[in-house]
Amino acid sequence: MVTCVNDAMFPETGKAVVTLLRRLGVDVEFPEAQTCCAQPMVNTGYLDEAVPVVRTFVDAFAGYDAIVTPSGSCAGSARHQHGIVARRSGDAGLSAAVAETSPKVYELTEFLVDVLGVVDVGAYFPHRVTYHPTCHSLRMLGVGDRPRRLLEAVRGLRMMDLPSAEECCGFGGTFALKNADTSIAMGADKARHVRETGAEVLVAGDNSCLMHVGGILSRQRSGVRVMHLAEILASTEGVVVGAPVGDVVGGGR
Amino acid sequence: MTGTFIGMPPFPTAARAALGDTQLRHNLAHATGVIRAKRAAVVAEVDNWEELRLAGAAVKERALTDLATHLEELERRLVAGGATVHWARDAAEANAIVVGIARGHGVEEVVKVKSMVTQEIDLNGALAAAGIAAWETDLAELIVQLGGDLPSHILVPAIHRNRAEVREIFLREMAAVGRAAPADLTDEPAALAAAARAHLREKFLRAKVGISGANFAVAETGTLVVVESEGNGRMCLTLPEVLISVVGIEKVVPTWAELDPLLRLLPRSSTGERMNPYTSTWSGVTPGDGPQEVHVVLLDNGRTRALADSVGRQALRCIRCSACLNVCPVYERTGGHAYGSVYPGPIGAILNPLMQGTGDEQVDSLPYASSLCGACFEVCPVRIDIPEVLVHLRSKVVDAHRGDTVPSAEALAMKGVAWTFTDARRLGRAERASGVAGRVMRRMFAVTLPGGRAASGRLPGPGAGWTSARDLPAPPAESFRAWWRRVGKEER
Repeated sequence: MVTCVNDAMFPETGKAVVTLLRRLGVDVEFPEAQTCCAQPMVNTGYLDEAVPVVRTFVDAFAGYDAIVTPSGSCAGSARHQHGIVARRSGDAGLSAAVAETSPKVYELTEFLVDVLGVVDVGAYFPHRVTYHPTCHSLRMLGVGDRPRRLLEAVRGLRMMDLPSAEECCGFGGTFALKNADTSIAMGADKARHVRETGAEVLVAGDNSCLMHVGGILSRQRSGVRVMHLAEILASTEGVVVGAPVGDVVGGGR
Repeated sequence: MTGTFIGMPPFPTAARAALGDTQLRHNLAHATGVIRAKRAAVVAEVDNWEELRLAGAAVKERALTDLATHLEELERRLVAGGATVHWARDAAEANAIVVGIARGHGVEEVVKVKSMVTQEIDLNGALAAAGIAAWETDLAELIVQLGGDLPSHILVPAIHRNRAEVREIFLREMAAVGRAAPADLTDEPAALAAAARAHLREKFLRAKVGISGANFAVAETGTLVVVESEGNGRMCLTLPEVLISVVGIEKVVPTWAELDPLLRLLPRSSTGERMNPYTSTWSGVTPGDGPQEVHVVLLDNGRTRALADSVGRQALRCIRCSACLNVCPVYERTGGHAYGSVYPGPIGAILNPLMQGTGDEQVDSLPYASSLCGACFEVCPVRIDIPEVLVHLRSKVVDAHRGDTVPSAEALAMKGVAWTFTDARRLGRAERASGVAGRVMRRMFAVTLPGGRAASGRLPGPGAGWTSARDLPAPPAESFRAWWRRVGKEER
């Protein structure tokens, strides 16, 4: 599950996941029928609208051993909210399908550490980075220190501790628009903490949160870039995935 | 003297004003940070904290599951102990009962223990309308009352004030309502507390009627429990001749033994203390000792409405500790007034809509006043899954508008997005369109993000809320989906 945000806005993250998993010997498929986990609808209160989207999800991913996603938030949505949506639909078939797919959904670091049993993925990234644990990966999934262990095993990488790391960045999906002022106030504090670390790169497991904090860091001309964890783990000597230009085709003008 | 929350604007509007209050921002960041750290330290000392949370949740859940039975037992025991029990469906009934009792004794003033439920029903306003002054005796409530202010926190209602502001309020206001603050009052906490103590002492000794809430009401023994830190509660509960306690029906606990986990969870979660300083319990009237006329007003005021909500009813487990407020990143920045209720923060964002129902613009804005970060659920001593209830209440707000003749722009957008996400071919077409838009943006704006990626310009409409303070990457020319088709799936 590449996620709608990564598919439409951050394709480099999806490519990094493919590169990384293939390097680790995983047979990777991208079921082309996939769209979105339905979280934007669910978290804004549009449960009826979420029903067909969840149906599309379970149809697209039926039959796979593991559904891996570079997003703690989307994994949380699939594992914790799809059942609620299915119950709301009153369709027992959908509930049964959700019960099949939900437990097979893994956030990327869970899949790497728990299923593949690797911590050193053979990556090389000679930069100072700081890591923001996103709320849903931390508190909904409980990924714990898996992302940190994976990052600390990356050769050349220097980890800078982020103050108040576990505090929300303020993205919150449609919260970022419906309560934009509060969202920005939270993001400004997160950006300040990031700058205090002296890191070049802010890394996290959710591009939606990074789009928010990264947007503020960019507007501040802070000189700090944001990168998805998968792009760092996919980078090897000579091949820095995802950098420096996100839009490869026709980009770089 | 105290203000009112009536007429408050929806959360986003109120929050915008609060975010610009520099003193508020500073006071709150400092105060919530201190309490958060204290709580974290004392919770970490308890090996079986998670088991305690489970036990606390189970006790409250048991009480709620068979609420009517426990309430009837509570009434029987209270009456057997010499108390008079009153039932109130709403604020107006409860206020009329309390005002009637106070009037019956011909008093012009009452002293009050800090109580959320009497704030909820604006009892002070009802008493004032009847010519009866209600003196708040909790230090922070006194600060709020003297300042003509509104509470902004459940536990620390004057959390938005710092000591310099408190000193100014005492010097300016105390003289008009009793003993004046000393002219040489400093802003040292001990000096401020001493001024409050002297001011309150004459009120404690004079008052004939005391008013309280209750943290717990034990059905088995007919016992009310008040938990406080300053001793003012003990004064109000023991010195007056008449004691009136207004108690929400969700405060009932079936047995005495079940107080155990709750009394261990509450102080660590709320004040960051290992044990509560003043825990007062009374079961009706004790002849010759304490108030000789004891009234208990059992109040619904929307609690049964909340109980009827299968997802939301867990909110009635709340023991008003405030841990969710102190840890909430939204509350820390906006403060409590922005929530427009005596119950602010994450718990207020669910309790108010659950108790009042949807349909009011301000109340309906509350379930959206959260980034759903989940920190509140993590600290809740009775395991209320606040994010789950927030999302559930958002769906109730949306459902209430499904019959609207003119759907909102948001509803139309969500339907459009859902339609696109129902079929991958539609999403693929939308991505190709956004890729074209991205090319145009790169030509028009030529802005780059750190790291070199092209940025969008300032967006119009709802997108302006994003780009007013945040850059946004321009859509890539090629989506992941298109890349996968072109090269990804072959590249093994």
